[in-house]
Parts: sequence; C-alpha cells; structure tokens
Amino acid sequence: MKPYGLYTLFYKEVLRFCKVLLQTLFAPIVTTLLYLLVFGQALSGRVDVFPGVSYIEFLVPGLVMMAVIQNAFANGSSSLIQSRISGNLVFILLAPLSHFEFFIAFAAAAVLRGLLVGLGVYLVATAFIDLPLAHPGMLLLFALLGAAVPAVLGVVAGIWALKFDQLAGFQNFVIVPLSFLSGVFYSIQGLPDFWYRLSHLNPFFYAIDGFRYGFFGTGDTDPWVSLGIMAGFMLLLSSVTLLMLKTGYRLRD
Amino acid sequence: MSDAITVSRLHKRYGPVHALKGVDLAVRQGEFFGLLGPNGAGKSTLINIVAGLTRFRDGAVRVLGHDVVRDYRRARRHLGVVPQEVVFDPFFTVREVLRIQSGYFGLRRNDAWIEELLAALHLADKADANMRELSGGMKRRVMIAQALVHKPGVVVLDEPTAGVDVEQRKSLWAFIRRLHAEGNTIVLTTHYLEEAEALCERIAIIDRGELVALDTKQRLLARGIGRTLRLTLTTEHPLGAVPAPLASKLRGLNGNRIELQLEKDSDSIIAVLDALRSQGAAIVDVEIEEADLEDVFVELTRGRPR
Repeated sequence: MKPYGLYTLFYKEVLRFCKVLLQTLFAPIVTTLLYLLVFGQALSGRVDVFPGVSYIEFLVPGLVMMAVIQNAFANGSSSLIQSRISGNLVFILLAPLSHFEFFIAFAAAAVLRGLLVGLGVYLVATAFIDLPLAHPGMLLLFALLGAAVPAVLGVVAGIWALKFDQLAGFQNFVIVPLSFLSGVFYSIQGLPDFWYRLSHLNPFFYAIDGFRYGFFGTGDTDPWVSLGIMAGFMLLLSSVTLLMLKTGYRLRD
Repeated sequence: MSDAITVSRLHKRYGPVHALKGVDLAVRQGEFFGLLGPNGAGKSTLINIVAGLTRFRDGAVRVLGHDVVRDYRRARRHLGVVPQEVVFDPFFTVREVLRIQSGYFGLRRNDAWIEELLAALHLADKADANMRELSGGMKRRVMIAQALVHKPGVVVLDEPTAGVDVEQRKSLWAFIRRLHAEGNTIVLTTHYLEEAEALCERIAIIDRGELVALDTKQRLLARGIGRTLRLTLTTEHPLGAVPAPLASKLRGLNGNRIELQLEKDSDSIIAVLDALRSQGAAIVDVEIEEADLEDVFVELTRGRPR
C-alpha cells in the first residue's frame, strides 16, 4: 500500500469541503444552534429526561451527535455523486489506488467533517451552557463511531446513487428520520413500548445514547452494549462498502 | 521487450450486447498507434478496459506486461489516459488538480514536472485559475496534463481533439508528436481520419466489436482500394452519358466535368481515356486522387452485417 496516494485522496476530500466552509461547516453549525434555541426554549420542562439533568443540557449532546451524523453522511455522499455526475470521478478510478485506500480516504474525510461540525456546535453551545464530562474517553469513542457509521453510509449512498434525486431520497427517507428518531430530543424511556423497541433497531440511537453517557455518566442503555452494536454495525457496513468497491459496483461498469 | 499494450481474446458483454468479440491486438513500445472505428464500434470500451474503468470476464489485457486486473497498480502507473469527455473538478485550481493527480500516483514532489507540463501545454498563466474559469480547449489540455503528470510510458488519447478549434488542434498535435519523439507509446482514437493518417504508424480498425484491420498506415493505404479520377473534357456536343463500360464507375457528371471511381488494380486510366476519346471527347485536364484512410475505413466498415 502506498500511503501517499491514500493521503492525497483524503487531503483532496478535506480540501474540497474546506473550499466551501460556509456551506459545509458554518451553515450546519448555525442550523443546529437554531434547533437548540427553538427546542430548548419550547420543550424545556415539558420532557422528562435523566434525573438531575436539565432539558437544555440533555439536548446539547443529542444535537451535537445529530450534526455529526448528518454531516459525516453528507460529505462522502455529496462528493461522490458530484464527481460521478460531473465525470471527474474517472481521475480517481484511473489512479493506482486500491479499493481499501478509496474507502479509508473517503470515510476518514467524512468523519473529520462530521467531527468538526460537532465540535463547532459543542464549542458554541458550551459558551452558554455548562456540561459535565463524566467519561471523556467514552465520549470520544462514541463521537468517532457516531461519525464513522454515517460516513461509511455516505460512501455507500454515493456509490449507489446514480443521480442527485436518488441521493436526496436516501438522505431524506433514511438518514434524516433515523437521526431525528434516535433520541436527540427525548429520552426513549418515556416512549410507548412499540416506539421504545423500535428505537433499539436504530443504530444512531446507540451513538447518541453512548455519547450522552460520556457527558452525564448515565444513559438509556448500557454504553458497552451501545459500543458493541455500533462497532458491529460499522464492521458490517464497512464490509459491504469494501465489497462494492472491490467489485467496482456502479463505478467500473 | 514486452509490448506496450497486449489484448488477448478479449470479450465484453453488456447484457445481450456483445460489445467486444474476442479482440486480439498488441501495441508495440514506442509506436504511434491509431485505433479507429465508427461510433459504437467498441473503441472506448476497449480503452476503458485497458484503463481499468470497465470490467471484463473473458480474455487478458496487459500494459507493459502488467495484467490490468491482477497487477492493476503497476499497469495503471505505466498508463496515462485522456478521457473522451471534457470533465473537470470545479473545486480546484489547475495546479491543485495536477498536484492531487500526481499524489494519487504516490508522487510527493513533482512540481518541476508539473511546471514543465503547464508550460508545454500553454497553461502556465492559468495555473492558479479555478478549473471553471477555463475554456473548453484549456480544460482538455489540463486533462492531457493530468494523464501525463506521473510520466507514464503509454499514453492513451481518446478523441483528444474533438471539439477543439483548428489552431489548438495543431498545437495539440505538435505536443503529442513531441511526446512520441521522447519515446512514449501513443494510442490515439479519433474521428478525424486525416489526424490518424498524419500521426499514426500503425492503425487498428474496429467495427462492431471486431478487429477488421491492423496494419501499418502504408499497407492499409495500399490495400487495393480504388482511386478517384476527375476529368475535364471538351466535346462537340455535351456528354449525355458516359460510354457503357464506364457507367458502373461513374460518380458524377456535371457538364464537361466527370468523376469516376476506379479499382486500383483492375482499372486502367488509359482504357478510360481511350473509351472517352472514342466518343469524341477531348481530354483537357486529368486529376487523380489516391485512396486515403477515409476510403480504406469506409471500405472496411461498410456492408458488414449489423
């Protein structure tokens, strides 16, 4: 493996989103902070969350992780679909890069963007709201996995989608509902039984719950179970993506 | 010494369409090779397979002896491909594009060569311009620079001058000739047959997925295809029809100008002139046009079952 080829593809992906920071970094930070402002004001005191934790405190980690998830997904998927539609993907496909290098570079750049957006939301929010840091290690681990899973999903969607319409469908019918219905705005403990059980099928629920555990030392589910499920999901998704890339699915006809 | 490109018994199917039907060909190192064929003949499919952009099941393809599937890294390092469509990444400048492309091939410090390419392709003053700001011709030259940025020994140009104006086409030809003179193997596909005739040493003609000719340009031109005879006559009365033996060869009759298509080996110009003289025609001017590559191309690709 030639690491410089991999590094260059990663660098190119990072440079791409850095060229449009207003759209890729600042806009999602502002949007997420608006969610915090509106939902924090509207639902404060109306939703039961963890004991000893105010609603606004509860909301911040959820929104940070939602921003991480949505932006990690958006990076790889939009880069791939734009390259495919404009045709310049050919320059990557002509290069002596392995399917593994392709995968790592796209996924890592998407993770970085997701984490930067999350960090931005966190820094602005914590300027106004005090948050504890019960388990920083767990917090970082869940931040990383919470970014990696949607980043890889973004690569899958970017490879699969042949037009913008298909990608928008993937984003609006899979990613947005999964991220909104993952306990960002509420604790699943208060949900009716059906929705409570359904939430456990949502991988993003584990990312958000584990991430909150990192802050508050408490969560809806055992953090190690969440970690195991996230890691398993990541492994499964990565295997599927690598198989798609190795066989040239929708990339090399 | 291994060939620059070796294609052995290559088949490619797209569902029911048999796009390549057992193509065999070898491009020798250092030669200027032309790949011609009508639209949909399979040229781009063949090139895409060589470049690793299209998968295949049957056959084998090698670049400088490296299998394009099993040893794809080495094969791709030796190959530079200029795709047919003008495509570009709108996020980057010309220099960034070339540095990035260079990096994909593992080349960390390649600025000297990048500057040389920019100068040779008349892009130096646009090096820091965004790709969106370039004209179509400039974008195409950037694509050529991208294909050459890792100094490949084998360069494939898929219709490099399509949509390029005459002046720029000449400049591109000069650059491609220079590349060839420096020892690179050049494979050119083009719709401009005069371009292939002017540049290529050997030419393969592919039609409906089959190789119908592969020979030196000289041998292809000497393949016994006809020549055109244009005559200006004076006659007492306007010539209403040509003598019967010439009727099947007539391509045009316009007052005292006549155009005949002759078979190179079997038709004698003297016999044609005698036949016309016997009808009272006096020959004022004779113009003979030898077959060019276009005639050969049309002859080899017409009338084959579709």
